[in-house]
Amino acid sequence: MTLSNVTLAVVVGGVYAVGAYLLLQRSLMRIVFGFVLLGHGANLLLLVAGGPAGRSPLLGEAAPAEMADPLPQAMALTAVVITFGVTTFLLALSYRSWLIHRRDEVQDDVEDRRIARREEHPGEEEVR
Amino acid sequence: MNLLVPLPVVLPLLASGVLLVARRHVLLQRLLSLAVLGAVTVDAAVLLVAADRGGPLAVQTAGWAAPLSVTLVADRLSALLLLVSSLVVLIVLLYAIGQGVSGTSEAEPTVFHPIYLTLAAGVGLAFLSGDLFNLFVGFEVMLASSYVLLTLSPTRERVRAGMTYTVTSITSSILFLTAIGLCYAAAGTVNLAHLAARMDGLPAGIREALGALLLVVFGVKAAVVPLHFWLPDSYPVALSKITAVFAALLTKVAVYGLIRTQTLLFPREDVSALLLVLAMATLLVGILGALAQEDINRALSFTLVAHIGYMLFGLALFSLAGLAGAILYLVHHILVQAALFLASGLLQRHRGTTSLRSLGGLADDAPRVALLFFAPAMSISGIPPLAGFVAKLGLLQAGLAAGSILAYAAAATAVATSLLTLVVMARIWVTAFWGAPPQADRQAGEQAGGQAGRGPAARVGSTRAVRFGFSLMDGTAMALLIVGLAVAALAGPLSAVSARAADGLLDRTPYRQAVLQEVRS
Repeated sequence: MTLSNVTLAVVVGGVYAVGAYLLLQRSLMRIVFGFVLLGHGANLLLLVAGGPAGRSPLLGEAAPAEMADPLPQAMALTAVVITFGVTTFLLALSYRSWLIHRRDEVQDDVEDRRIARREEHPGEEEVR
Repeated sequence: MNLLVPLPVVLPLLASGVLLVARRHVLLQRLLSLAVLGAVTVDAAVLLVAADRGGPLAVQTAGWAAPLSVTLVADRLSALLLLVSSLVVLIVLLYAIGQGVSGTSEAEPTVFHPIYLTLAAGVGLAFLSGDLFNLFVGFEVMLASSYVLLTLSPTRERVRAGMTYTVTSITSSILFLTAIGLCYAAAGTVNLAHLAARMDGLPAGIREALGALLLVVFGVKAAVVPLHFWLPDSYPVALSKITAVFAALLTKVAVYGLIRTQTLLFPREDVSALLLVLAMATLLVGILGALAQEDINRALSFTLVAHIGYMLFGLALFSLAGLAGAILYLVHHILVQAALFLASGLLQRHRGTTSLRSLGGLADDAPRVALLFFAPAMSISGIPPLAGFVAKLGLLQAGLAAGSILAYAAAATAVATSLLTLVVMARIWVTAFWGAPPQADRQAGEQAGGQAGRGPAARVGSTRAVRFGFSLMDGTAMALLIVGLAVAALAGPLSAVSARAADGLLDRTPYRQAVLQEVRS
């Protein structure tokens, strides 16, 4: 493994860690950013998986032995498009959530709230 | 013949593009969607016959040779599941059209048809894909459509549930992408057949890690128990027809992914203890959750989680009988779960709610809905002679034949879950269909002016279009019920096909040859 690959591997790990941390936050914006970072991490990982860097994979430009592996690049390109589309949808959804709730936060789980209420006020549940 | 393989993906995508442009033409939308999905269903039937007679059909698109190109493969398993799923998609489309014609509260929004078609295309691509990356793309097309469908006409509830659903799904998708990258780094290919050949040469540790990662990925998407939390919160809030499609297809496509990758890439001779434990946990936690619910749709969603456990159980055995049972169960469960949710949609049309607290007396008011709920409910509980019994019997026999203590325990759990499913269904039946209509409902009906207990159905005038829409909805639910009953009647040929499909999963050579022979020629 070449040195650049180790660097990239460390970067991938770091991006995943930050992305996962952000994904676990309560603010919807941070969750979106976390997803964006995780997507970047996954795309970088695909590139690292393609092996060492080489010349651009165009016939006639370089000898096949010197070329970089084009397949992971194609896959990363597809993945970029997918994460881009899903990110826009997420942004639209969190904007809608903000319009409705006026709060940029993940809502409590309905079931959790019901159980919590039962703990606080035993016996009242049936009345509701 | 090979031209038929890409059609289930290409046709719906093309039609979806056309319909996005022609958003205002309601009639065109309905007719084109129907025609396309009908064609896909016929195509899937032809593919199943062809794959059953002549072995897997493989197509290399775009003129590249096998490990590099986008490979589409129709073997018995994928063609069978494609046929059943496109049948369900077609029937639910008819139901949605009926709803649109009748003009009740849940009318079709303008983007419904195009998005519905991309969902069908994604399901088709996931079933037919012959490489791991394309499987990912198929999942993404399907899931991206499902995000939109879940949040159509966004209410407060739907936005909340949509957020949970979307974030959970995309997290597992990122993990999927990671798994693909790691597979490529380890084996230098993502073509499933090629990968299967190269996996055997990898160190055991790496293989185990990749297998576990893919298990987590499909585990989240299939709602296997420690990873199931998102499902019962998100599915019930969508429109009833959309919940029916989701419940029938999305988790089943993930189960298909699990079966395909585990058998093709990580074959084993013995029983998988990990999968058996997961199956038992899924069965028990799911069904106990269903027992505690006060809403029909939530109870059905938990039952859906529980019954994923049956398919896991069959897969975990890694035997011919186990896999055949799992495949038959998949087919049965796709149909029956869709039928249950459609029945719950009809019930909502009559009463405007699915909460068990405010339902009752439906067997008198709406005998047709009662029948449409009763038959699939008995089938899913495994009452003979319905299809659920046949499928469960196959699984139990396979479990007992495996002979390990864990497999016996799993078989016992499966029987217990079956009984508890019957309890859940009986509870819904007794409260919603028997029993007196609750007082609150009656009062509300009287206040609305002489429409006692009839709900939104009666409030819309009964013009010819409305009546036609309603009978179309009833008719499609009935059609689904008949298809579900046909599974029981055709149990012999179907289990034979399932067994041959399972054989194709265990003996991987035909699949590999079909995909890779084009390299040699």
